[in-house]
Amino acid sequence: MKKKKKSGYAKWGYIFTLPFTIAFCIFSLYPTLYTAVIGFTDLKGIGKTSFHFLSDPFANFRTILTSPTFHTAFANTIGIWVLNFIPQLILALLLTAWFTDRRFKIPGEGAFKVMFYMPNIITAATVAILFNALFGYPMGPVNDLLTRFGFISSPINFLVKKNAARAIVIFIQTWMWYGYTMIVLISGVLGISPEIFDAAEVDGANGWQTFWMITIPNIRTILLFTLVTSLIGGLNMFDIPQLFALGGPDNATLTTSVFIYNQAFKGSYMYNRAAATSMIMFIVICAASIVLFWLLRDKDEAALRRVERENNRKAHKSGKEAAR
Amino acid sequence: MSRNNHHYGTRTVIFIICVLLAVLSLFPFLVMIVNSTRSTTQIQQHAVSLIPSGYFLKNLKILLGKSFNPAVGFMNSLIVSVCATALATYFSTLTAYGLVIYDWRLKRAYFSFIMAIMMIPAQITMIGFYQMVYKIHMTNNLLMLILPAIASPTMVFFMKQYMEPALSIEIVQSARIDGAGEYYIFNNIVLPIMKPAIATQAIFTFVSSWNNLFTPLILLTNQKKYTLPIMISLLRGDIYKTEFGAIYLGLTMTALPLIVVYLFLSKYIIAGVALGSVKG
Repeated sequence: MKKKKKSGYAKWGYIFTLPFTIAFCIFSLYPTLYTAVIGFTDLKGIGKTSFHFLSDPFANFRTILTSPTFHTAFANTIGIWVLNFIPQLILALLLTAWFTDRRFKIPGEGAFKVMFYMPNIITAATVAILFNALFGYPMGPVNDLLTRFGFISSPINFLVKKNAARAIVIFIQTWMWYGYTMIVLISGVLGISPEIFDAAEVDGANGWQTFWMITIPNIRTILLFTLVTSLIGGLNMFDIPQLFALGGPDNATLTTSVFIYNQAFKGSYMYNRAAATSMIMFIVICAASIVLFWLLRDKDEAALRRVERENNRKAHKSGKEAAR
Repeated sequence: MSRNNHHYGTRTVIFIICVLLAVLSLFPFLVMIVNSTRSTTQIQQHAVSLIPSGYFLKNLKILLGKSFNPAVGFMNSLIVSVCATALATYFSTLTAYGLVIYDWRLKRAYFSFIMAIMMIPAQITMIGFYQMVYKIHMTNNLLMLILPAIASPTMVFFMKQYMEPALSIEIVQSARIDGAGEYYIFNNIVLPIMKPAIATQAIFTFVSSWNNLFTPLILLTNQKKYTLPIMISLLRGDIYKTEFGAIYLGLTMTALPLIVVYLFLSKYIIAGVALGSVKG
């Protein structure tokens, strides 16, 4: 009787998840498969939708993987992400350590958090164009300040210097995201049971030791979350490089997403190559996430599971032996 | 005593660093706002000034005299963001409800699947998405920016995490005894319980939809359908090349509403970021 009632309600589980399933199939699954298929075809040219499979199915992938422009874009993407993530994480960790340390109550902590997070909420398109104007030549605000205070004698044209443009993109990314990372890390630290910190204090641990031996190991999961989301965001970086300097100067800020956009919607509209590049990036993102999860997996838990498996096997074996 | 002094010194250093970072956060926006009231000539003589000038209306005239139309962009962005947020929150809560309350055979597999697709960025599938939308002649239809929100895996995950401790099966069962239907229970009992989670998620969906550049940039070709981020990208083009006053004003018009709303809601937004990270 009870079982019958349960299965009577079970259909609602399917009904209530149906809209999600349908929307996912139409707007996510089908486009993904379609993108994968296009990667093997000759689909190019504005307004074209019909295509034929190439006689050499991997021709597009080969073209992209041997293209120097793609190499530049890939190196830029990784470089910009790494160089923005390191200072971002260091800054966020420092602020987390300061804001959660019970010994110094920083006045205005709440107001600081609000201000540090603010750049994150502003439209990236606005931020990119604002920084383009701020670093303008010859008399943008940055040049104005640097010359007025005598740091430089004549204005610098930041936007045509490769390393300067790259450094500014890295700076914008760090500036937009360290506040977010800080809030996430602080919430992680506040989730640690206070008794652990009390115990450390009783044992005479100093701030530095407490931070490295207690705080960091206890927020490992949150660090992993931050790392993975930042990596995926970083590998898809588009708005800032596209609108700050259109991927230039001389491809210095060209990221893979800008590359995909240029392939598909500029020049000769090579949807097939853009699709192939998307699939390559898809594989890179999956691989990177899996590696990160594996590297930062909970080692204690994994060890525990291994022991359990071992025990199970032993129990199984001895059971078999007993049966024999 | 010396220990206290030591802390006092460290505290001062930390405070100064925080003030510098705060200045760094605010300064670009301050320059933007002040320069939106200054003439291009004034800006070219001294690009940084903290004193507003009287060229606001003149800049506005130059700005609106060309293809930049903030009102159209604002309206389109509002339509897309409001609809996408409503759909995403309603259907994510519904999906989470289906996963939490009912026992069905594929439930576990379904949830694992949602976890797996959470990490897939939309940009990767954009070529196929564009081709599909192009084929059915919907490229300039805002619906194509709204409907995909029905399937928001990250939000389903968050809603499920929130719902499990917040909603007890007894509430649902007693409603059933009173003769309430399943839809009625969801809309009138579950949704109100989920209000705090919905509010948090709504803010973030709204902001990310409002700020989205990539999808609209690819789909929209008709200027009347442009969303705000695409309007903003026009400021980068050749048409405003030397009109710095107008460019700063355009940027201010797009950023200032967000800044004001943010300052009002900052308490909830920051709490929401913290909550989302712990649970999701």
